[in-house]
Amino acid sequence: MKIFQPKNLQYLFIAAFAFFFMESCKPKGTQSAATGDASKAYVAPGKYDEFYNFVSGGFSGQMAVYGLPSGRLLRVIPVFSTDPEKGWGYSEETKPMLNTSHGFVPWDDAHHPEMSQTNGEVDGRWVFINGNNTPRIARIDLTTFRTAEIIEIPNSAGNHSSAFITQNTEYVVAGTRFSVPPDDANGDVPIDTYKQNFKGNVSFIKVDSVSGNMKIAFQIRTPGVNFDLSHAGKGNSHGWFFFSCYNSEQANTLLEVNASQRDKDFIMAVNWKKAEEYLKAGKGRKQAVRYAHNTYSDKTHSATSKIETEITILDSKELADMVYLIPCPKSPHGCDVDPTGEYIVGSGKLAALVPVFSFTKLQKAIADKAFDGDYEGIPVIKYEAALHGEVKKPGLGPLHTEFDEKGNAYTSMFVSSEIVKWNVKSLEILDRVPTYYSIGHLMVPGGDSRKPFGKYLVGYNKITKDRYLPTGPELAQSAQLYDISGDKMKLILDFPTIGEPHYAQAAPAGLISKNSLKFFKIEENEHPYVSKGEGQAKVTRDGNKVHINITSIRSHFNPDNIEGVRVGDEVYFHLTNLEQDWDVPHGFSVKGANNSELLVMPGETQTLKWVPEKAGMYPFYCTDFCSALHQEMQGYIRISPAGSNVPLSFSTGKTPTPAAGKTATPATK
Amino acid sequence: MNKYLSIPSRILVAFASGALIAVFFLPAWRIDLFAPQYPEGLSMYIWINKLSGDVEIINGLNHYIGMKHISADMFPEFKYMTYVVIFFMALGMTAAITGRRKILLAYIIATLIGGLLVLYDLYRWGYDYGHNLDPKAAIQVQGLTYQPPVIGHKRLLNFDAYSFPDAAGWIVVGAGSLCILVWFSEWFINRKKNKR
Repeated sequence: MKIFQPKNLQYLFIAAFAFFFMESCKPKGTQSAATGDASKAYVAPGKYDEFYNFVSGGFSGQMAVYGLPSGRLLRVIPVFSTDPEKGWGYSEETKPMLNTSHGFVPWDDAHHPEMSQTNGEVDGRWVFINGNNTPRIARIDLTTFRTAEIIEIPNSAGNHSSAFITQNTEYVVAGTRFSVPPDDANGDVPIDTYKQNFKGNVSFIKVDSVSGNMKIAFQIRTPGVNFDLSHAGKGNSHGWFFFSCYNSEQANTLLEVNASQRDKDFIMAVNWKKAEEYLKAGKGRKQAVRYAHNTYSDKTHSATSKIETEITILDSKELADMVYLIPCPKSPHGCDVDPTGEYIVGSGKLAALVPVFSFTKLQKAIADKAFDGDYEGIPVIKYEAALHGEVKKPGLGPLHTEFDEKGNAYTSMFVSSEIVKWNVKSLEILDRVPTYYSIGHLMVPGGDSRKPFGKYLVGYNKITKDRYLPTGPELAQSAQLYDISGDKMKLILDFPTIGEPHYAQAAPAGLISKNSLKFFKIEENEHPYVSKGEGQAKVTRDGNKVHINITSIRSHFNPDNIEGVRVGDEVYFHLTNLEQDWDVPHGFSVKGANNSELLVMPGETQTLKWVPEKAGMYPFYCTDFCSALHQEMQGYIRISPAGSNVPLSFSTGKTPTPAAGKTATPATK
Repeated sequence: MNKYLSIPSRILVAFASGALIAVFFLPAWRIDLFAPQYPEGLSMYIWINKLSGDVEIINGLNHYIGMKHISADMFPEFKYMTYVVIFFMALGMTAAITGRRKILLAYIIATLIGGLLVLYDLYRWGYDYGHNLDPKAAIQVQGLTYQPPVIGHKRLLNFDAYSFPDAAGWIVVGAGSLCILVWFSEWFINRKKNKR
């Protein structure tokens, strides 16, 4: 039994120790608390946030409004997707907003909001945002926080490199992610004829400087590639627009492999002032197309949808000095221009560096004709000739870059899940901070304008995993707020978002809050079925259509007893909210209606269509808790069988009287 | 010099070679991968005859860098390792039953050679996976290969890779060490006896 001598036991201890040591080599969980002063994200109850943050709702199709630094959700603005809560796409007035050349489309994928600018500074008037799937651009009015206009983009598919603007909101652009056969060509061609038949397009949409109304001024026809993102030149480079593009291989299948083969794809530089000259000189070609243009009026409280039929094409192959290509490594994604307008940052999502191009060098390269041949007729500038320099070893998977006012850039790294801060001029890396997890877009208030507010930075992540309480397979989407006022970036807050957040914008609250509308003036209401007072409430029959001009005021509807409506009738409740005070919306819903509710703001009229299918008694009520007697705010509509001779009648507070002729006399009189 | 082992030594050798049966029930090796977006980690367990763990998730990630799809049928080792282990167990038991020191020595030398071969085999496979990448891979970083560490830690792009023996592997190491300890204690005791 000599083996159990103390001396021998020593070896066993050593072995056991080695075992535990090796096991403990593995990293601790990367779950991390805030690194900075978390109280910086605290906004006391009753206090306002410093910034409005407009965040794309991704596949929700909407846009969310948050306060910064608190991360409090203030509102979800319905844009491309129906929203039964607000009656968006359900009320007769809003349905035309979702009309397209393909008919009514109830959903889209909204990616990149961009605020209007004046002289390169955010002016707080409108937010533009793209609908990716059925290509559209929407304009949101920041007095009402509602979608005011939606324009469809022809010759496009996957409207991704949109909706970015020029420095005085002269144009909002839309670039096609998928190249497709043009709308007037036969699209019924073999898919593998991509190289012959598929074309790219970038659209320049003119924005009226007063009304904000959009009109497609021209489209630039390009070789068939995928446009990813874009940003306008500013300052010196005002007059130019830069688009990142990938799939210069022109693959039509398995793009994850086939579109990743070339060492360099392109940043496309467009001289849009030159394009304007060509347009003026009549160098454009008219093309017959069909696209919807929908506008919402705050006077009639209704949308109209018009199908436009023509567009002007400027061909990049035929018109010289308008379009150039700058080689950019490995499938560039983000295409960002610094506040001075001199530096253009391309982020090759598969590249191991971030190239920064110089606008001055680009101009020189063009003047010197420092070209490396051409790509389908477009001059390709020599990479080095336009290059300011490369950010070396920035991290893995660079995607997007935003800027502060101190000459720093912040680039999101998807694969290595971090934000990297670097100096735009010296290209030196200054700081890096982890994100949880896999950041996509990032945003500094005003960070893509000439005047950034480099106090906060928000990262919009693609993966949340263990950051929040689990909610089944589908987890919270997340944003993370960083304090960037000092030399080091500091995480101060996590907050969940709607949909999947892509790009975002933010502006000082004062710029926007001062213009926020409190209610609509009833005397300015031009809705054809408005009731400007309870005395104007009425029910009229026009064949099988029954129009009910109904009013709401705390705490009753007028009328609240309606009879003489029959199965087979189309019933239209035109509800006018007579209130003229802040924060008194009224809602409206009818039992069994195959429709949503209405949510009507003071001074506004909205219409709910209902086709009753069964005779019986149908209650309706106010859905928005409006007063102490909200629960009393209700009524009945009696539905009689088809062919019934129950006379049309309506009333409030009285026994119903029979209707005379086609129009019933108000019983309250 | 005494040709035979003492009874306690024979019991320990029998115990050590019997313990090898663990490799049929427990994984021998593990590779753990941690990345910012995989804080919980991804683990691949290597048994003597199969793979388990997050192999498919790891394959899904590896395809970006053009690594071959990892599957059990690519490793001929899985077909014969069972017999190798049975051979080792039999050899150890023979040493214990016969009590012959020479057989124990042969067993120890075979174990050491076997261990080195296993490490070489891991290196060889790691080299193959890390270097023979699809030239059409989406992510290609100049000069970078993705050979996992044979043992210990290595940074591969955004992943921290850790390679260590797992439970059965440690049991094999423990069993081998025990036999070596037995050998040395026998040698030590004998030397004292001879001195006397």
